[in-house]
Amino acid sequence: MTVATDLDTRVELTEERKRRSRLAAIGRFARRNPLGAAGAVVIIVMVVVAALADFIAPYNPVANAFDRMHEPPSFENWLGTDQYGRDVFSRIVYGSRTALLVGFASSFVGATFGLVLGVASAYFGGKIDLIFQRILDVFMAFPLIILALAVIAIFGTGAQNVIIAITIPFIPRCARVVRSSALAIRELPYIDAARANGFSHSRIILRHMIPNVMAPFLIMITAFVGQAILLEASLSYLGLGVQEPTPAWGLMLQGGAEEYAESAPWIAIFPGIAISLAVFGFSLFGDALRDEFDPRLRSL
Amino acid sequence: MNLAKYLRAVPIMAVSAAVAIGFAGAPGQAAPKTGGILNFVVPDEPPSWDGHRETTFALIHPFAPFYSLLIKVNPENPSSPTDFVCDLCTEMPTPTDGGRTYTFKIKQGVKFHDGTPLTAQDVVASYKKIIFPPEGTTSARVAYFVMVDSVSAPDDHTVVFKLKYPSGAFIPALATPYNFIYSKAKLDQDIRWYEKNVMGSGPFKFAGREAGASVRGERNKDYHVPGQPYLDGFEAIFSNKQAVQVQAIRGDRAAIQFRGFPPKSTEDLVNALGKDITVQESDWNCVLLFTPNHKKKPFDDVRVRRALTLAVDRWGGSQSLSRIAIVKAVGGVVFPGHPLAATKAELEQIPGFWPDINKSRAEAKRLLQEAGVPGLKFELSNRAVDQPYTIVGTWLIDQWRQIGVTVEQKMEPTGPFYARLRSADFDVTVDFNCQSVINPLLDIGKFLSEDIGNESYGAYIDRDLDKMFEAMNRTSDEAEQRKLMRQFEKRVLDEQGHSFVTLWWNRIIPHRSYVKGWKISPSHYLNQDLANVWLDK
Repeated sequence: MTVATDLDTRVELTEERKRRSRLAAIGRFARRNPLGAAGAVVIIVMVVVAALADFIAPYNPVANAFDRMHEPPSFENWLGTDQYGRDVFSRIVYGSRTALLVGFASSFVGATFGLVLGVASAYFGGKIDLIFQRILDVFMAFPLIILALAVIAIFGTGAQNVIIAITIPFIPRCARVVRSSALAIRELPYIDAARANGFSHSRIILRHMIPNVMAPFLIMITAFVGQAILLEASLSYLGLGVQEPTPAWGLMLQGGAEEYAESAPWIAIFPGIAISLAVFGFSLFGDALRDEFDPRLRSL
Repeated sequence: MNLAKYLRAVPIMAVSAAVAIGFAGAPGQAAPKTGGILNFVVPDEPPSWDGHRETTFALIHPFAPFYSLLIKVNPENPSSPTDFVCDLCTEMPTPTDGGRTYTFKIKQGVKFHDGTPLTAQDVVASYKKIIFPPEGTTSARVAYFVMVDSVSAPDDHTVVFKLKYPSGAFIPALATPYNFIYSKAKLDQDIRWYEKNVMGSGPFKFAGREAGASVRGERNKDYHVPGQPYLDGFEAIFSNKQAVQVQAIRGDRAAIQFRGFPPKSTEDLVNALGKDITVQESDWNCVLLFTPNHKKKPFDDVRVRRALTLAVDRWGGSQSLSRIAIVKAVGGVVFPGHPLAATKAELEQIPGFWPDINKSRAEAKRLLQEAGVPGLKFELSNRAVDQPYTIVGTWLIDQWRQIGVTVEQKMEPTGPFYARLRSADFDVTVDFNCQSVINPLLDIGKFLSEDIGNESYGAYIDRDLDKMFEAMNRTSDEAEQRKLMRQFEKRVLDEQGHSFVTLWWNRIIPHRSYVKGWKISPSHYLNQDLANVWLDK
């Protein structure tokens, strides 16, 4: 009985130490990168708002209320109403779901494909690497938005197609960055040892190389989320992204910016602020993450 | 009334006042002044320059001033569906042979812009191209002239149309503003010459075009109407962005845009320019529909189709949407206000027009339950054009949400949208019926069976409906026509639920007050030759 109690106490102490250690690490990160911490706060707020949108939003974001059209910000409608009488605050809250869904899905899928292609290209080298890299060159010759527009032209509009459209331009960009890290890893002795032991290519790539390029991979994902949110907003603004009545920040801008810029500016201003804040948050956090993972920058 | 509400009411009152001025016209109509260049904005460019082939206002607005017509709507009374006047003819004919023969006398001394004389042979050649297009050419209005048997010119100043049967739809079809009179010599030289060239006998001569930017016209000194045109010329400026169009008028770079603006833009212009802007408003012979694909489940079930129309509150939507979109009037399949249109009492008998929307939606839910699709989900195909497509589509989705139906909107540019319509690759689509001269007997051809209907996209065959259409077009008895029209309407909107009317468009034209002589019509295609327009500067 006494033994069990001692063991429980030791386990609790270990858990407490781990928790404190994590908090201390977060504290250290915040002290070293105050801007990164601010970015993280923006991201956390955004994620919480998206997750709890059903509880936070005071109104149904798609329900028309023509008796409340173009209402300026008030106690009833904190950020005013749009041309359909829909509550702008509720649409921004729900719009964070669209932004995060598109942002995370496209950046995660794009970066993951890029990771596999980049590492494989570096590992095999030779002609395979040469061919892969030239194909990537072709894709990278197009600016992000142009390539996304081309993909939308093929697949059509809608949330799923927007994710695909944003994912495709991300693949070569991530592959190129990951490949440069993987090229250095390929020459390390433990990779030679794995080869000498007769491990398969897939095992070497998946078990020994990919875990060692996770740092640039995570940095790329974070940077891509911000870009993806901006791209989604741009495509929606051009009428090529998600469609009415889905709450999406770029779409809200498109619906209000031109016609109501003078008479009901809140329709465009608040989604614009939401887009800026989100992109700003992810950029700051991505930069801080890069500084944190890069030993050369950390030592400076 | 608190201050905020008072301030909100000011622009509404200002617009109302401006509209009233527009309707009343300038007090004590002044004599037209000559001179000046009219600059106007055109929100799109035409695919070709051939009026017989095209169907868009983008052709009419910059190119109609170059051509004459045989007959046209009365420019002094363009809202009337029955007031037609001669353009190239000398007087409106009285039909003979039991209504089967129309003989037009053509004005003498009319010249094309190249100086060659315009004769009855040119009129016949033009109408033959429209009614019986030769192989390799396209005519968008063949269906308008199904009643025509032949067109001929017994001499250089007489044109005779012989009909297969008497038809009240013939004269309105003849006045369609796309029926430009071309030179027979040019057509003989190349039947497609007019797709890329301009040469008419209208009030203005073609003076040049800058691709993607503008078309310019200059006064035709030999125009066949003495004293007209009043303008020295015009410049049609292409711009597809509404904000740019509004700013062009605001900055006096352009005086008018003839297609129309939504209420908010009009209000902005009135607030900014005060008495320098005049607003003209009219019902519009254009209606947005929604059409279920009869070949797709569950829309092959008439109960599901009827549920969709029962969910839509048209009377409430008219009041709300007219504040943000170019739609307003509630009506059936016929242009509201026309003698053949349903009265309000008749409309209220049709599902989807019931005055009690709660009762209507309860019935819609019951029908969906009965059809086994209480939580129906589908995709609404729509055209990626804000006014009024996106707005009406978004409104429809909210209406259907209120009976538990979940709808995702798929917006596509005009080309892919049409391709989807024509291949019937949709669940339910936003659809439209836009016509020029108000001619309900032919306008409703939109709703006929897919194999004979003029742009009928519901993928259905309904021979009983087709027979009603034919019977209507073969009788000249208005009472009989009206009775048949009610049966036709009931079959389309209720019994078979083929396609459903949402709201009719509302045309609002805010223009610089110095533009005089132009009167709004119920179609953005009509009354656009600019012969009687002048500038009071």
